[in-house]
Amino acid sequence: MSLLAAPPATVKRPIMQPAVGRVLQVVKETHDTFTLNIEPPPGDPVARFRPGQFSMLYVHGVGELPISISGDPECHDYLTYTIRSVGQVTYQLVTRQPGECIGLRGPFGTAWPLTEARGKSLLIVAGGIGLAPLRPAIYHVLRHRGDYNRLVVLYGGRSPRDLLYRKEFAAWGMLPDTQTLATVDYGGVSWRGHVGVVTAMFRHVRMQPDETVAMLCGPEIMMRYAGRELESRGIPASRIFLSMERNMKCAVGFCGHCQMGPYFVCKDGPVFPFTQIKPYLDLYEL
Amino acid sequence: MATSQIIAALAHHPFLDGLQPNHLDKLAMLACEISFEPDQVIFREGDPSSFFYLILSGRVAIEVAAPGRFLTIQTIGGGEELGWSSLLDQVNKQFRARCVEPVCALAFDGPRLTAEFENDHEFGYMLLRKVLATVAERLRATRLQMLDVYARKSGKGESGQ
Repeated sequence: MSLLAAPPATVKRPIMQPAVGRVLQVVKETHDTFTLNIEPPPGDPVARFRPGQFSMLYVHGVGELPISISGDPECHDYLTYTIRSVGQVTYQLVTRQPGECIGLRGPFGTAWPLTEARGKSLLIVAGGIGLAPLRPAIYHVLRHRGDYNRLVVLYGGRSPRDLLYRKEFAAWGMLPDTQTLATVDYGGVSWRGHVGVVTAMFRHVRMQPDETVAMLCGPEIMMRYAGRELESRGIPASRIFLSMERNMKCAVGFCGHCQMGPYFVCKDGPVFPFTQIKPYLDLYEL
Repeated sequence: MATSQIIAALAHHPFLDGLQPNHLDKLAMLACEISFEPDQVIFREGDPSSFFYLILSGRVAIEVAAPGRFLTIQTIGGGEELGWSSLLDQVNKQFRARCVEPVCALAFDGPRLTAEFENDHEFGYMLLRKVLATVAERLRATRLQMLDVYARKSGKGESGQ
């Protein structure tokens, strides 16, 4: 089955009714970003997701938000979410204590095309917190390393203190046939890595465009320029995939909040082929 | 580095991709191999623009002085060029270039190179086209950097990525 197809309807409860998850652990990743491990109810299908999908996380009495799943897709004991505290609901999510409850709906949306990418090299381009939705795909590739050729992970951030999963990222770069490069817009005095936009890293990548699948997630402007640049470097738009972000509410295509042209990002995305979404990327109204 | 090795290094340098062999030979005659240690300053802000470099390996930080510190604007690595202002007339360096890793490069005397452009317009045109492409790419990158796309969003639009 295509990994880009809609997930099977295995949820038994009404789709708008959240399961009650329990916070197991909250890990501080950066000054404003935290990773939560949440245990779903035993046997609940909410925990079975494919890389790139998201859940709706509900803080009782505060609000509900779409949050990409950032953990290992083959771990069904708990779900992992990396959340940047930027507003009331995200603040309430990251300040939960172990043992407290959070509502969970999902998983929703399309996934990264990992089945189609078998036998090819993967170029993963992440910006800011966009590394979180890509991390399950990286875990999948590392678990099934023989199914893929080269793995390259490019990561751009605002500053060194904003980079996620730094130890893990460095460890990935030590693995065979794997290249990782991080760059920041503002390097501090102690930063000895790259400074500049993530697209400037493409020149340092060692891979063949004709057998490469690219997966991008980050700020929309970054993805737009990165997509164009990858096309100019020989990767066809049909093999470039983007994870889009919109203000999702229902997550199942009822409400229309996340509409982008003819698509609902919640059910037709969030992962789209560049060919499909490109015409809508530079429209002001969308 | 022998002339044949310099020609080989030039032929494999991404900045010169597509340049004709006779132009590579001409560049090789003007090239001088040079190495820098980590933290060594290649040029400072205000220095007269003299050398144009093709970086073979290592990494250089382009920095600007601010009160009490230097800010890194960009890093440049193997396969890229450094010091394109040396190909313009009477321009002083606008930034400081400091090595963050050991750097191996080929250096070209700017005035000698531009004199060669005058002698051989086709050579000058081909090389300056490549310089212009680099300048355009860096301008685009700087514009993107200025957008601060990774900045925090307000709470109104908060979501999961």
